[in-house]
Amino acid sequence: MRLNRDALFGALVFVLIAVVGVIRPSFVWPQNLVGLFNDTAVLVMLALAQMTVILTKCIDLSVAANIALTGVLVSEANAAFPGVPVPLIMLLAAGIGLLLGAFNGAMVWLVGIPSIVVTLGTLSIYRGLAFVASGGTSIVGHQMSPAFISLPREELLGLPMMSWFAIVVIAIFAVALRGTRTGRAFYAAGGNPTAAVYTGIDVGRTQFVAFCVSGTVAGFCGYLWATRFSIANVDMANGFELDVIASCVIGGVSISGGIGTVAGAVLGAIFFGVVRNALPVVYISPFWQLAVSGGAILAAVIINSGREKRAGRLILKEAAAS
Amino acid sequence: MNAEAPAPRVIPDRIATGGWWRRWEVILLAVAVVIFIYNSFASPYFLNAYNLSDATFNFTEKAPIAFAMAFLIIAGEIDLSVASIIALSSTAMGAAATAGAGPAVLVVTGIAVGIAAGAFNGFVVTYFRIPSIVTTIGTMSLFRGISYVVLGDQVYRKYPPGFDYFGQGYVFWVFSFEFVLFLVLAVVFAVVLHLTTFGRRVYAIGNNPVAAQFSGVRVDRIRFLLFMLTGLMSGVASVLLTSRIASTRPTIATGFELEVVTMVVLGGVNILGGSGTIVGVVIAAFVMGLLTFGFGLFNVPGIVQSIFIGALLIGVIALPIVGGKIARRWRA
Amino acid sequence: MTSTTPALEATGISKSFPGVKALENVELRLYPGTVTALIGENGAGKSTLVKILTGVYTPDSGSIALNGTSIVIPDAESAFRQGITATHQETVLFDELTVMENIFLGHPITGRFGLLDWRAMRARAREILAELEVDLDPDMRLRDLAIARKHLVAIARALSIDARIVIMDEPTASLSHKEVEELYSIVGKLKREGKAILFISHKFEEIFRIADEYAVFRDGRSVGSGRVAEATASRLISLMVGRTVDQVFPKVRVPLGETVFAVEDLSHPTEFADISFSLQKGEILGFYGLVGSGRSEIMQALFGVTRPSAGRIALSGKAITIRKPADAVDAGIVYVPEERQRAGAILPLPVFENMTLPSLHRITRRGFLDLAREFDLARKYATRLDLRASSLSQEVGTLSGGNQQKVVIGKWLATEPRVIILDEPTKGIDVGSKAAVHAFMGELVAQGLAVIMVSSELPEILGMSDRVVVMREGRMAGVFERAGLTAETLVAAATGNVAVEAA
Repeated sequence: MRLNRDALFGALVFVLIAVVGVIRPSFVWPQNLVGLFNDTAVLVMLALAQMTVILTKCIDLSVAANIALTGVLVSEANAAFPGVPVPLIMLLAAGIGLLLGAFNGAMVWLVGIPSIVVTLGTLSIYRGLAFVASGGTSIVGHQMSPAFISLPREELLGLPMMSWFAIVVIAIFAVALRGTRTGRAFYAAGGNPTAAVYTGIDVGRTQFVAFCVSGTVAGFCGYLWATRFSIANVDMANGFELDVIASCVIGGVSISGGIGTVAGAVLGAIFFGVVRNALPVVYISPFWQLAVSGGAILAAVIINSGREKRAGRLILKEAAAS
Repeated sequence: MNAEAPAPRVIPDRIATGGWWRRWEVILLAVAVVIFIYNSFASPYFLNAYNLSDATFNFTEKAPIAFAMAFLIIAGEIDLSVASIIALSSTAMGAAATAGAGPAVLVVTGIAVGIAAGAFNGFVVTYFRIPSIVTTIGTMSLFRGISYVVLGDQVYRKYPPGFDYFGQGYVFWVFSFEFVLFLVLAVVFAVVLHLTTFGRRVYAIGNNPVAAQFSGVRVDRIRFLLFMLTGLMSGVASVLLTSRIASTRPTIATGFELEVVTMVVLGGVNILGGSGTIVGVVIAAFVMGLLTFGFGLFNVPGIVQSIFIGALLIGVIALPIVGGKIARRWRA
Repeated sequence: MTSTTPALEATGISKSFPGVKALENVELRLYPGTVTALIGENGAGKSTLVKILTGVYTPDSGSIALNGTSIVIPDAESAFRQGITATHQETVLFDELTVMENIFLGHPITGRFGLLDWRAMRARAREILAELEVDLDPDMRLRDLAIARKHLVAIARALSIDARIVIMDEPTASLSHKEVEELYSIVGKLKREGKAILFISHKFEEIFRIADEYAVFRDGRSVGSGRVAEATASRLISLMVGRTVDQVFPKVRVPLGETVFAVEDLSHPTEFADISFSLQKGEILGFYGLVGSGRSEIMQALFGVTRPSAGRIALSGKAITIRKPADAVDAGIVYVPEERQRAGAILPLPVFENMTLPSLHRITRRGFLDLAREFDLARKYATRLDLRASSLSQEVGTLSGGNQQKVVIGKWLATEPRVIILDEPTKGIDVGSKAAVHAFMGELVAQGLAVIMVSSELPEILGMSDRVVVMREGRMAGVFERAGLTAETLVAAATGNVAVEAA
């Protein structure tokens, strides 16, 4: 069933691209499609991380604020110490993000506050700290070192590094969610928390790990975001958490936990990217974008709701079968 | 007749448990008093009727939504689209005003659009059985999206004379229309939640929707009504806000939903549903208003204030839990 | 057999929860190749002990030894590693995961780089399922399986490690007759393999059939143990309840009045078909059948929780339509559900709020709640039902199961209904409350109510009903009058053995 859904949704995204391609052939030129994927890379990575959290029956509203705070901090670090190699900066970004995520996770795990309340709070706190850290100003391109800005744009085998990052992250999630104990624990902890305890899974600890994952990816994306627009300030990625959650929802991740696939989340994010890039191409005002996203989210969940409906015991059917 | 000697009591109504001072509302009130006292010592401009009156605008538009949201959260639902409903409703009023409508028509338009948007949320949640958080994340984009479609980068600024009263007028002395409306609504919502069958059923649904349904409570109807009520209050807030700032952009009221939810949770309403009071939300509104005002007096920028609001939200919930844990370990 | 070292020996186990002493100094011995039945009423501490043995709870005191070696079980994983495995009362499995994943979750087979080796797990799952002679695809999603098959997955999970101790917590509770037989043969197989089996059950015929040893718990203490062959049912019952129970039901014969309630040709697309019966004033109509025979589903359709596809319902000769529970309540039909904690009472709310929830309109004055009248109404029914609570404002969740049930029944009586449907009204409540509920049913019919009682307990059905409807696989298998009715007749009808017996 699940594979089917992903395949169907994949086909839908493909059809969408094809339709836009018919109207404007330039849209489906390989160069444009590569650009589209590149534009969506950050959303893809964040959607996967958010899915991990949602799988465990939680939600992380603080990812965009995490991006802002981490983006500002690493940009300032780069401006102050331009000599520090970029890979180290990337590590720093992931590390700061991890700390911010771990704080969320600890509040959920050790204190037992619902995740929506915790991340609602840290969403304000992290963005506020981004303002404090930046002193209310922006760190702009010429303050950053050339290597810092250009690394995600450098091409490897015709694909920018930004896209490669997304591909690597997709691969890591695909392997980790399917192939490791922790990966399966995310599904178990959210799918049936009671049963998870009986199988020796610590639900709270698993949720903590999920928040750490989410924070780490968000921190890394904080660096990418700063380089993409060559600017880091308090307004970075404002409201982006909703796009991330919406990508998951459209991709078939169940908000009540335990259900979701890597393919679904990636396709959900790409769907967003396609809609965003296609609107101007087919001469629809970009002001339609938000309404279209909203409509797509509602349509996706309504179509999904029919699928998730649980059947009864089917006594008559079982009787007929025996 | 009933004044005869009472029948022998088998089971008492209640047994006194004491500990009223441990109630959330009392703690919160203490916090409010502390902030008030601190502010009045720290700034000579604080204890001034006109300044305090100005400060009420910090919460008088959000609080009415918070009252309705409290009902919704107690019933186990949530509405993240309230700020977008404000935008949609304000856009409708702006369009109507541009077409030459008078203040009365504008108010009706704004409130009607709010009700319609809330009804749409309620319909999707109850008919398709979509979790309200997902539904309203969707309509949050959809409603504000419609405003963008209508307005683009334009601004509605032409509001008729007389419309400014709702957001800028005073009923008497320093009591603004908004503040008086806030007080009236607080009383109405408190009475409905705590003294009527409707309120009782809301608590029942929030604690156990299945058992409530099995007890003959029309669960879906009440859920639908609550979404409509939240839409209505968002419409009211839109009238106030639009009237006060006399302009409509698609970005109007951005981020309000988080402040409203914060206000409700800070007021002691359990985010998982089932418990909470309107009094708590009213005090929380004052706490947030006083904080904002105090910060304003010291020229703390809004974004930095949000650090404290966020920390307050987590802190007030975490502290009793952590404190309890430490106390238990210490005793053991 | 008792001369060998026990495979598992638990001694002096105590466990307290805030306000409750769940276990006090209990002991238990399990021997290889032996089935030990653990018997006790609900709340006697059986499940707590299971949770201790499987590492879900840590005991406050006491020791556990495996083959004479003392061990500790700090968590569920450690229990598994030491060869202790359990199938739990409710299937604690994962609906969204596959059969194979459910079997190996928590102790997966890992391959290179510590990654999970799905191929090995699939092969091993096939092996285990084949050993159980169960035809199941390891890649099936669990949600697509029927309840009985989920149980088999739980057993396969227990066997996926080389378990020495297998605990089965009421494994037959929701299985059909045929499935129970399958389970017994699996238990026999495990026994022959030398595993020590702890079998928790409420059914005496089952205990006498498959168990070798027994251990009885009462109120969190060990009160007796021995060889099943040397025990009798009445001896076990008296150990369980601490006194000999007279199985006399307070059946009040009430002259039956006019027909109050009539159901004709009620059908549901997937759960039941062609249900017709009528109910007279003062009558108790029993509904008997195996779990999963469609009894509760019919009752929920009558109460408006689910929508039937066809059929007519008449109250006092007038056709009525019930679309939702509120309609049923308005018409005077009320339902005490089987799942008391999920659908019956609202546990976090106080007694009085639960009691008055369906009759709020009776205690309002101009739309406002009148607390004095509310407490009066709640007290009236609390007193009538002999509710044991410290105050009417006590949270229902803090009451015992029996008193919770009294709150649910009281809630409905306050609406002054005409038909009351009781679904497994005494399931999981203590003996005292059971008797109170039975006595009260007598009172109800004496006052002219009509009662429908769904029950899986034969003594209760035989003792309380005026007539009995027997359900089998979603259809009516017969209606029987009280006079001369025997347990054998009912069981035969419910299991479909009628033809066999006649032959």
